[in-house]
This record gives sequence, structure tokens and C-alpha cells, in this order.
Amino acid sequence: MMDHFLFFTELASMPVYDVKGRRLGRVKDAALVPLVNSSRIDRYLVGGGDAWLTIRYDQVRSISLEEGIFLSDEHLTPYHDDEYMLRLGRDLLDQQIIDVTGRKVVRVTDLTFEVRPDGTRDTLIVSDVDIGVRSILRRLFQGVLPPLWIRRLQAPIPPRSIRWEFCNVVEPDPLRRLRLNISYRKLESIHPADLADIVEDLAPAEREAIFETIDSEVAAETLSEVDPKMQASILESLEPEKAADIVEEMAPDEAADVLSGLEEETSEDILEEMDSEPKTEVQELLEFEQDTAGGLMNTEYVALHDNATVANAMAALKGNEELLENLNVLFLIDEEDRLSAAIPLARLFLAPPDGRLKDLAAETLLQVTVEEHQDRVVELFDKYNLLTLPVVSENGKLNGVITADDVISVLRQK
Amino acid sequence: MRELLSRFRYHIAIFFSVIGPGFITAVVDNDSGGIFTYSAAGARFGYLPLWTLGPITLALIITQEMCSRMGAVTGKGLSDLIREEFGLRITFLMMTLLVFTNLTNVMAEFAGVASSLELFRISRYISVPLAAAAVWFLVAKGNYHSVEKIFLFACVFYVTYVISGFLVKPDWKEAAINSVKPVLFLDPAYIYMLIGMVGTTIAPWMQFYLQAAVVEKGVTAKEYGESRIEVVVGCFMTSVIAFFIIVACAGAIYSIMPRDIETAAEAALALRPFGEYAFLLFSAGLFNASIFAASILPLSTAYTVCEGLGFEAGVNRRMGEAPLFYTLYTLLIAVGAGVVLVPGFPLVRMIVLSQVLNGMLLPFVLIPMVLLINKRDLMQEWVNPRWFNLVSWFVVVVMIGLTLAYAGIALRGLY
Repeated sequence: MMDHFLFFTELASMPVYDVKGRRLGRVKDAALVPLVNSSRIDRYLVGGGDAWLTIRYDQVRSISLEEGIFLSDEHLTPYHDDEYMLRLGRDLLDQQIIDVTGRKVVRVTDLTFEVRPDGTRDTLIVSDVDIGVRSILRRLFQGVLPPLWIRRLQAPIPPRSIRWEFCNVVEPDPLRRLRLNISYRKLESIHPADLADIVEDLAPAEREAIFETIDSEVAAETLSEVDPKMQASILESLEPEKAADIVEEMAPDEAADVLSGLEEETSEDILEEMDSEPKTEVQELLEFEQDTAGGLMNTEYVALHDNATVANAMAALKGNEELLENLNVLFLIDEEDRLSAAIPLARLFLAPPDGRLKDLAAETLLQVTVEEHQDRVVELFDKYNLLTLPVVSENGKLNGVITADDVISVLRQK
Repeated sequence: MRELLSRFRYHIAIFFSVIGPGFITAVVDNDSGGIFTYSAAGARFGYLPLWTLGPITLALIITQEMCSRMGAVTGKGLSDLIREEFGLRITFLMMTLLVFTNLTNVMAEFAGVASSLELFRISRYISVPLAAAAVWFLVAKGNYHSVEKIFLFACVFYVTYVISGFLVKPDWKEAAINSVKPVLFLDPAYIYMLIGMVGTTIAPWMQFYLQAAVVEKGVTAKEYGESRIEVVVGCFMTSVIAFFIIVACAGAIYSIMPRDIETAAEAALALRPFGEYAFLLFSAGLFNASIFAASILPLSTAYTVCEGLGFEAGVNRRMGEAPLFYTLYTLLIAVGAGVVLVPGFPLVRMIVLSQVLNGMLLPFVLIPMVLLINKRDLMQEWVNPRWFNLVSWFVVVVMIGLTLAYAGIALRGLY
């Protein structure tokens, strides 16, 4: 062995010799059995004459680029397709996979194995998926030039590879996914905005598979980052129960936006499956026209009574921890739920616990009604440098808030 | 007044709402290559080539329909599918051929820009570099979509050919007879022109572009019916315009003296009934068509190649992230525009040659398409009906036959 690595392009068509040194044929493909071991080559498929043979990894004595593969066992079985096998040449080469650390979809051009000698035999461990010019060169000259020449030829080109453990194979068929031990757990660690980009690069069936299997909360965050046109087709492709789970996890205003883009029948089906609390919120928001303040707003705000104290406010915040991340204003409402004041959150830190919230209120109270057109809303955000803008009904009742991210989405869509 | 304005806006909205990938592809189909090839056919052979339009339309509908169906069902581009099903080597070979042919097409578009503005004595050394820079920035900076609608709207220019087709008082009887009576003879110029007509109408790059556009738009197998109608309507539109270009040229040029078109000024003669405006109309139309196609073609080529070979692609990626994509895109424009500036470059002849190359490459795009669309694990119940396969294979055989016949005659002529 001159090196401790081997490429799939070199393995394919390598000659195979039996115990007595007779040539059996050439390697046609190799396969992993992911349920047993996620990176060790478990089977070598060898073609000689008209039938293929399957060689288990423990029947191999040595593997070398110069001499080929020598076996240590005579009992070889004919090849038959097995659903637990991930065949590298057939299922992986030229297909798209997800590069989890690079956060993108890539196409497999070649694979690199580590050759691991462990006394009695050589085993191949998949170490990298190769993409880029270097691997393309290998594929083009495979079988045309001797492998050693190709290695020399590619030397000046920098390699582009992804460690095998950071690759996620994409398989739309759920049964096959189970048999091949493919999960999308790794994807859940990717930032939703990046995951959305990845999903947009995939074909519809693969997209559906990912949304079906990942955690609903991650799915919800990802879905709200996906292009609006695609959101609709993803939700339509899912089972209504799963779609409802995802929509429940979304911010109500985004959920309403997504649902309003669907066909009436589908959005009804999804609403049907939702829990009652998020469902009513979303249904209320669905009443409003998309391009009005009502259509933009969400119901994630904290409102207190007119004569509440700072201590009351602290208590209220403790009960609404899930809102804290994006909260910057508290609202005060009177007996009839009418908006009376807005309190910038930061002022709470400087006030004594028994201080009245009313005294901390912002000098001017800006608000819009639910019917206000979105262009006017954008103007207000720009003019007054707002982060949050309360939305009230005709009679002054607080209905929701518009936050800066909603405004940015409006501007982005133009 | 305000009401009138809003009604006008409503009509415009309706107009653009029916526009999808099929319609845009159909419009781009009549680019500078299309205009000159049809003009050349009509000026040299009169009404004779009209019979080809029927079969060409059928073949066009079938190929475009297959592409959009594959896009809708698989959600993948044509080069992606070729790579996944036929492997890297075949993909690489096809991409190499495609880049070469498309480069000649880009040249044709810039030649169109040059010749349209030379009618107004604007030197090509000014017009072509400016147009190339404009196209590069327009697309690379992502402003393309805002001007696409202007391009589309400017295509009402083709109506002038329809009007002119009537005003030149063509011999309608002969036109009607020739529309249905096939005439084939082994004259190299005639065969050359036939290959060019097929190549300009069913250009290989359009198949990649259309399928990518269908995928990009997110058309699913369920909504595919609408797209199919749009594709078919678009194909008919392309052919109707081709018909009138040929008729106008036959009536205005061929009936006086049959000849080869060498300059844009000669091609503009087809619009003679418009008097002094003929040059202006022709020039504006040709310019718009050329710039439109020049914005789409290099981009589509760079996309197709990068996707097929597995490199990052897209104008929403920065240059450092997608180096090959930007390099290829820039090179196509730079070389395409640069070649046109070579002194003494025969603009019109080059344009027609690029369309002939399209025709010669066509079988090599059609063969993998037909093989792909008949794979049941890929297309499920959406595989090709048998008569689609028959027509496609027939086109493949005819195009290879024509290419061989042309090569044979041309070779014999050398000795």
C-alpha cells in the first residue's frame, strides 16, 4: 500500500482474486449497510461473466491500488438486491446530498475511503464525499488513464471534500429511510434560515420528506423562512395533521399568511387539525386583508391594566417567557380593552417596583387601525424609527402588534 | 381619469398574469437568430419553406411539453436529471457541446444588436460593448426581473410582420399550397436552411431554460394542466410569427429577386410597406429581441452547466461563493460580444450558422430527454404516450439525416 486512502473511482473496476489467486472479475459497486455500520464498506459487488457476486468485508484479505483485491474466503454468494444496502455507485454517486456543516446541497462526484488494515484484513471506511474539479477530473479519466497517472494529474488541484459524518443523504421514501438508517436529526442543528435555503434547493419530494420528519418547532421556523410560493406547496404536500403541528408552532401572523396562500379546502383541513387556542388566534387574523395592518400584525404582545405597577409587569413577563426574545414594549389598556399607553421595556429596569407603569409611558402613543394600508404602516416605521407598532380596532381596542421584522418582509416582497 | 388609469392597469395585470415560463420561452424563441433565419429562408426560397412550419410546430410542442412535464413532475432541471441518470461523463460531454453552441448563439444576439444599430450608423464598436456591459450588470445585479416585462411588451413589434405580411400583397394561393406541400431536394443551401429553421425554432438551450423556469416557478404535477396550455399556445404563437416573417420576405424580397440576405438593411426590406418607418421598426424589434435573448442565454447556460456538474450557481450568490458560475457567465458575454467586434465579421452569416449548429445539436438533447421521460421510477404515471415517442424519434432521425446529408454534400463539394 503506497497510501492509506482510495477513491471510489479507483475501487470501481478493480480486479478481484480468490484464495488461489484466480481472477473472479472486477468490482462493480460497493455498499454500506448503515444499520450495522454507518461508514464501513460492508459488501463489494463483483461482476464476472453474467452474474454478480456479493463479497462481505470480512472475506477480504488485502486491497491495494496496484494489485487489486485478494479474498480470504471461498464461500461467495451470488448478488441479490437488498433493501438494507446503500449502494455507493447507484444510490450516492451523482446524487444530491446535504452538507450539514457547509449548510448547502451538493452533488456527489466521488468518494474517498480510508484503507484500514487490522492485522488479518483490509477494510475500507468512507471518509469523505468529494465535490469540485479534482473529483470531476478523476471521473472523466477513470478507466482511460492508469489510476496512478490520474493521482499525479490531480495533485495540483486543491481538494474539495466533505467529511462523511457531516453528510446527510436525502431519501424521499420513508420505509427506505428507516432501512438505511437515515435521519434528518442533524439538520435540526442548522439555523432555520440556512435550512430554508437548503430546502429550496431540493426537489419537492425531498422537501416534503424533510418537513415530515424534523421536529415541528424547527420545521415551523424553517417554513417561515422559505419563499412564500413554496410554503404553500410544502404544506399542501404534507398530511394535514403534520401541517397543523407545524402551523401551530409558527407565529400567528405568519401562520395566517401561510394559510391564506393555500387553497380554501386545504387550509380548512389544516385548521381543523389545530389545537383550539392557536386556531382561534389564526382564524381571527385570517379575517383581515393581507395588505392591511390587520394582515401584518401578530398577537404576541403583553398588555396590562391601566394602574398596574412595575412589580405587576415583572410578574406578567414571568408568565410569558416565550415572548421575551422579541419583546420591547408593554401596553396598558383600560377597562374596555382600549389602548391607553405604551411602555418601552427598558424603562422598567430603572423604576422602583411599586412605581406606576403609567408614569413610564412613552410621550407619544402611536397606533394604527386594523384597516390601515401597509404602505402607511411602513411610512410610520420609517418616520418614527419604530420597533413595534400597536394595532387597534375601530373602537380603540388593542388587537395586535406589528414588529419591525413584519415591515422588513413587506419591503422585501416589493 | 383615475378610473381609466386603474382599468388600464387591470388589463396590464391580466396580460402579465397569463405569462409564465412557456410564454416567455416562446417569445425568446424569436430572437435575432429566428428573425434572420426566417428572413433568409423567405428571401432566398420564397414560399417554399412554409411547409416545414407544420411539422416544426408539432415537434416544438412535443419537446417543450416534455420539458415542462419533466420539470413539474420531478422538480429538477434537465441537466440535473441527465447527471443523475446518465452520470458525469455524458453530462460533461453534453455541457461542452452546449456551451459551444450557446456561445455561437450569444454571438448571434450581439450580432443582432450590432446590425440593428448599424442601420442608424451607430458603430458596433460602441453599441456592442455597451450592450454587453448593460446585460452583465442587469443580470448579475439582480435587476433583470424588473425589466423582463418591458422586453415582453416590446415584443408586440412582431405584429408589424403580420401587418406587413398582408400589405406586401403576397401570392396567397402559392403560400397556401406551399404550406401543405412538402418539397425536398438535395441542394446544400436548401438543406442548410432547413436545419437552421428547425434549430432556431427548437433550440437546445430553450429546453434547459424552460425546464429550469418551470421548476423555479414551483409548478407541481397537479397544476401542470395550465402550464401545458400555456406551452402549446406559446408554440403556436412562435410559428405564426415565423409564418408571417417568411411570407413578408417572400412577398417583399423574393418576388422581386431571390437572394441571400447579407445585411440587416436587406432583412428590413420585408417591412417596406411601412415606408420610412420600416428601418426604425425593424431596428427596434431586432434590438429588443437580441437584448432580451442576450440577457437570458448566458445566464441559462451558466446555470445549466453549474448545476449539471455540481457547482454553486445563481445570481443570489456572491462571486466568491459561485466562482465558476460567474466566470462562465462573464466569459460567454465577453467572448460572444468580443467576436462580433473582429473586423470584417460577417454578422448575418454568423447568425444563421449559429442556428444551424442548434439544429445539429438538437438530436443529442432530444435523445436523453426521451430516455428520461420514459423512466417510470422518475415520471410515474406521467411517462410519455407512445405517439410522443414516435414523433420525438422521428425528429431525431430527421435531424441526424439532414446533418449527414449536408455534411456529405459539403464534403463532396470540397473535392
